[in-house]
Amino acid sequence: MRLARMPGALASLTVLILIALACLIGPALTGHDFERAYPDLRQLPAGLPAQPDAAHLGPALERLAFRMRVRLDAVEREGDALRLTLASDAGVDRRSLVYLPRSALFGAPMIVEERDGGRTLVVAVPLRRLYFPLGTDVQGRDLLTRCLAAGRISLAIGLAASLVALLIGVAYGATAGFLGGAADAVMMRFVDVLYALPFVFFVILLLVFFRPSLTLMLVAIAAVEWLDMARVVRAQTLSLRERDFVRAAHALGVGAPGIIARHIVPNTLAPVAVTATLLVPQVILLESFLSFLGLGVQEPQTSWGVLVADGARSIEAAPHMLAAPAAFLIATLVALNLFGDALADALDPSAG
Amino acid sequence: MIRFILRRLAQAVPTLLVVVTVSFFLMRLAPGGPFDLERPLAPAALENLRRVYGLDRPLIVQFGSYLAALAQGDLGPSFSFRDMSVLDLIARGLPVSALLGTLALVLATGLGVGLGIAAALRRGGVIDRLLGIGAALTLSLPSFVVAPLLQIAFGLTLRWLPLSGWADGAPSHLVLPVITLALPQVGALARLTRASLGEILRTQPVRTMRSLGLPPIRVTRHALRGALLPVVAYLGPLAASLLTGSVVVETIFGLPGIGRYFVEGALNRDYTLVMGTVLLVAGLVMTLNLAADLACAWLDPRLRVAT
Amino acid sequence: MRRRDWLAGAAALATVRPASAAEPTYRRGNDADPETLDPHRSSSVAEAHILRDLCDGLLTYDNLGALIPGAARAWTVSEDGLTLHFALRPDGRWSNGEPVTAVDFVYAFRRMLDPATGAKYAEILDPIRNAGAVNRGEKPIDALGVVADGPLSLTIVLEQPTPYILELLTHQTALPVHRASVERYGESFTRPGNLVTNGPYRLIDRVPGGAITLEANPHHPDAASFAIRRVAFLPTPDIASAVRRYAAGEIDSLSDLPVDQIADLRRRFGSQVVLGPSLGLAALVVNTRKPPFSDVRVRQALSLVIDREYLADGLNGGTMSPAYSLCPPGLDNYRTPPETAGRQGLPIDHEETARRLLAEAGFGPDRPLTVEYRFNVSDNNRTIAVALAEMWRDLGIVTRFVYTDAKTHFAYLRDGGDFDIARASWIADYSDPQNFLFLLQTGNAAAIATTWSDGAYDDLLARAAGERDLGRRADLLYEAERIALRELPWIPLMFYKSKALIAPRLHGYHPNLRNAAPTRFMRLDA
Repeated sequence: MRLARMPGALASLTVLILIALACLIGPALTGHDFERAYPDLRQLPAGLPAQPDAAHLGPALERLAFRMRVRLDAVEREGDALRLTLASDAGVDRRSLVYLPRSALFGAPMIVEERDGGRTLVVAVPLRRLYFPLGTDVQGRDLLTRCLAAGRISLAIGLAASLVALLIGVAYGATAGFLGGAADAVMMRFVDVLYALPFVFFVILLLVFFRPSLTLMLVAIAAVEWLDMARVVRAQTLSLRERDFVRAAHALGVGAPGIIARHIVPNTLAPVAVTATLLVPQVILLESFLSFLGLGVQEPQTSWGVLVADGARSIEAAPHMLAAPAAFLIATLVALNLFGDALADALDPSAG
Repeated sequence: MIRFILRRLAQAVPTLLVVVTVSFFLMRLAPGGPFDLERPLAPAALENLRRVYGLDRPLIVQFGSYLAALAQGDLGPSFSFRDMSVLDLIARGLPVSALLGTLALVLATGLGVGLGIAAALRRGGVIDRLLGIGAALTLSLPSFVVAPLLQIAFGLTLRWLPLSGWADGAPSHLVLPVITLALPQVGALARLTRASLGEILRTQPVRTMRSLGLPPIRVTRHALRGALLPVVAYLGPLAASLLTGSVVVETIFGLPGIGRYFVEGALNRDYTLVMGTVLLVAGLVMTLNLAADLACAWLDPRLRVAT
Repeated sequence: MRRRDWLAGAAALATVRPASAAEPTYRRGNDADPETLDPHRSSSVAEAHILRDLCDGLLTYDNLGALIPGAARAWTVSEDGLTLHFALRPDGRWSNGEPVTAVDFVYAFRRMLDPATGAKYAEILDPIRNAGAVNRGEKPIDALGVVADGPLSLTIVLEQPTPYILELLTHQTALPVHRASVERYGESFTRPGNLVTNGPYRLIDRVPGGAITLEANPHHPDAASFAIRRVAFLPTPDIASAVRRYAAGEIDSLSDLPVDQIADLRRRFGSQVVLGPSLGLAALVVNTRKPPFSDVRVRQALSLVIDREYLADGLNGGTMSPAYSLCPPGLDNYRTPPETAGRQGLPIDHEETARRLLAEAGFGPDRPLTVEYRFNVSDNNRTIAVALAEMWRDLGIVTRFVYTDAKTHFAYLRDGGDFDIARASWIADYSDPQNFLFLLQTGNAAAIATTWSDGAYDDLLARAAGERDLGRRADLLYEAERIALRELPWIPLMFYKSKALIAPRLHGYHPNLRNAAPTRFMRLDA
């Protein structure tokens, strides 16, 4: 196949496979759950140093001390452990120590010493080392894990919605083209009507109508994206219909569904494959637009669109929140587009 | 030709009617109404309002009176801009959106088609290779990312351009929105032109012309006529969508166009405003598709017979 | 489209030129485009800001949020608190030069309450005698308790003594409109060129999605004192780009800020970030008719483990304050509000209590409580929802989210849709505990999905409404609030603050509880 000889196609395919693999297995390897929030490490910029670093440790301890309603009299660092001196006039409640490990920044605390009849407590806690190579979001959730988990949803929406659009489009277009005449005219008039409806309006209404869910998002996007496919397939079918092998099948008594399934559809595959490849990035982009409007994938799930929209809103304060998901989104879309181009070139019968 | 145009226009009427009907009932069946606010209205107030706007009548009666008003060119009062009629809102916003859209269309077409031709003429050349990546890139950037980046770069950092506002269409205020609007279309048009011109350049008649020693410029001009067919066909719906504005560009750049109305209208359940904009888009889509078809017929004499 | 309208639109765009450089325009960010400039149909805070510049009520606010005379020069309240006499200022003028008379106010109040006007917030004027009945169409319009005793003398009769009545008369629903232009232009009387107002500024231009431009009203008796001669209200629906516009010097003040970026804004703009008190409450509405939320122990448990300090100071960057009561502190005619458990004591104790309450209600590790939390989508609402779910997770509670666009959300609640817990917020119209506590009153006309009904609570509120002694009234309302905070049909989360970016060249902005910032009291360096 010519495709294999095209370096661009190979490169983009490799990128796509790598991103897909990363999204599939990555979230299990990053060491964070994509829903896990670290309240003390919000909007952390991208970087490799272990967290909590000096700049975040202080405020984190202050917050926890307030939560325990104690004074933080002394903090000593010994390697990977902290020795905290906690004091309270009402007595330090030992149960409150549970807030330390709950913050996920610390391990289990150990009481070293009790003074002043329980009003002062010296506690040793191991400091955890957490890594957030792409930073964290407003809640303090790891962006790398979220980008990867989001990728699953975005790619799934992209592929599934394109597939649905493909199936509807091919079936509709082939039927219209094959039947021809009045049926074709009526069917294409319907496509015209849908074309004339602004798609944003259509999608928004669908999302507003029903309880929002991933499936609905899929249906809504597919519902507006199958039109191009239907037109492409219909045009192909119209020309195929007059070809000898179709007439022959007709003469042999094969019914319309049989002819469409066995002769028409297989012969439209080339343009359909190209259109479909270029449809996937369009769908992913449409999902991100809906996310910008606040109608995107719902928590706790997330998608690149949601992350990019969140990032775009905090572009000055936390540029990493845009950069990370945007890089994933753009790399994927560029690769898909390039692959579609290459596919078109490879399948173009006239190309030499 | 005249008969063709008349027939298409006649077809447009039932299509528009279906569009109106579908969007009217879709809109009305959506949960919530224009008067559902964070702070609920007292039942008496809500009843008064519904009566004032005729929303207390049966849906089918409302539809009938909407159609009757529509036939007289009245799009009704807006629900979210209660001092204005939908016609007012469109009349004020459309010039803004249309100017931006036209400029974006011209920019995208000029740049896109030009780059596409250059790439097709030198397949595998520098432009062709760069264009492949460049087109894919412009098609992959969400406009709500491009717009803030442009604002930060040219408005805040370099301080070359104002980053918001309309200012009666002062050129400096148009630059960033137009770029944002045009960018993805440059990629799409370049790719389309490159593909279709490339295909024609490889056909037998063109090869023959070349082998006969005709000057390359004449060969290209000949090929271009056919190659522009799919481009022109694509420009029809593109023009319709660009002329009617973009919610992202208008909210981020603070522009008083009509692109916001589809989204805000739908979200605010501003029934009449949505219907008005839907009608406008539908009408424009059909008109511009017709225009594109006519342009295609002019470009390709063979199509004239078919029509 | 008709050609005429096209041309009209184009001409309107072309004729509006920004003010000359000598007269700087105050470019005022004003979160949303107003739905209307008709005071009687208006409902939003954004509209209130514009209308306060356009119209003078009988009374109005200064930039400190203090009540000052507006169209009225002086007023008296009768011994029984039921009759108010207003003497209008004799030099009051409409923007076309005509004098403002008591008859204008009678006309305005009648129009406001006329069912045919379709006013959204007619019920705000319910304290005026027969206002409710007139608005419901049960009594003729002239039964309304507003009477002109002479060209400059107005009497308002009340249903009940209402301690916040003067403040109510500053509200947009109590603003006058110019009768002749309403009658002449009908629906379109608010358009530039048609709109006649009696306030410090008058309308020059209105571009939806663009700007609403006002200039000083030369006929206003105090016109000479206005430092700012021209103000443009700019809608800022996208707050992130609004901050960029502000940073580039294209907007002089913003009335809303991105709350998750407060630290960054303070770093960039320092003291230009101005926070102030406000009359708003963010709360969770619990469906008290639906088990297990009908169990007060479940509601208390849910409330006890909410770390309100983290929500307000952490996630909202200090632009909200923790709420343990329904009434924010600092209300008029009230005392320090009672509190639900949580602020005092150890959080770990609250957690243990919550665990015990849940166990008593039948929930535990093997039977976790599941909560469905409904809210209208916005970045901030989503952030808060996720944080609430995290807090509840510590108790083993599983939280699911359902979020929809605003209209769907509000309509769903209004229509009595099934829910467990829903987000609600309330911005009060006047600084009085009644304006918060009536939210939970049975049969309240504007209830937000209230499923709760409590006889003792209703009784206390009814008694407070008839009580003329402000101290005793405060006690009654305090008792009522205590019931609500024990029963927790609403779980208070946070109080709003007003949040603004104010350019150094703008002077005279003072954050206040009423969120009043009339342009006439501000000044702009050239």
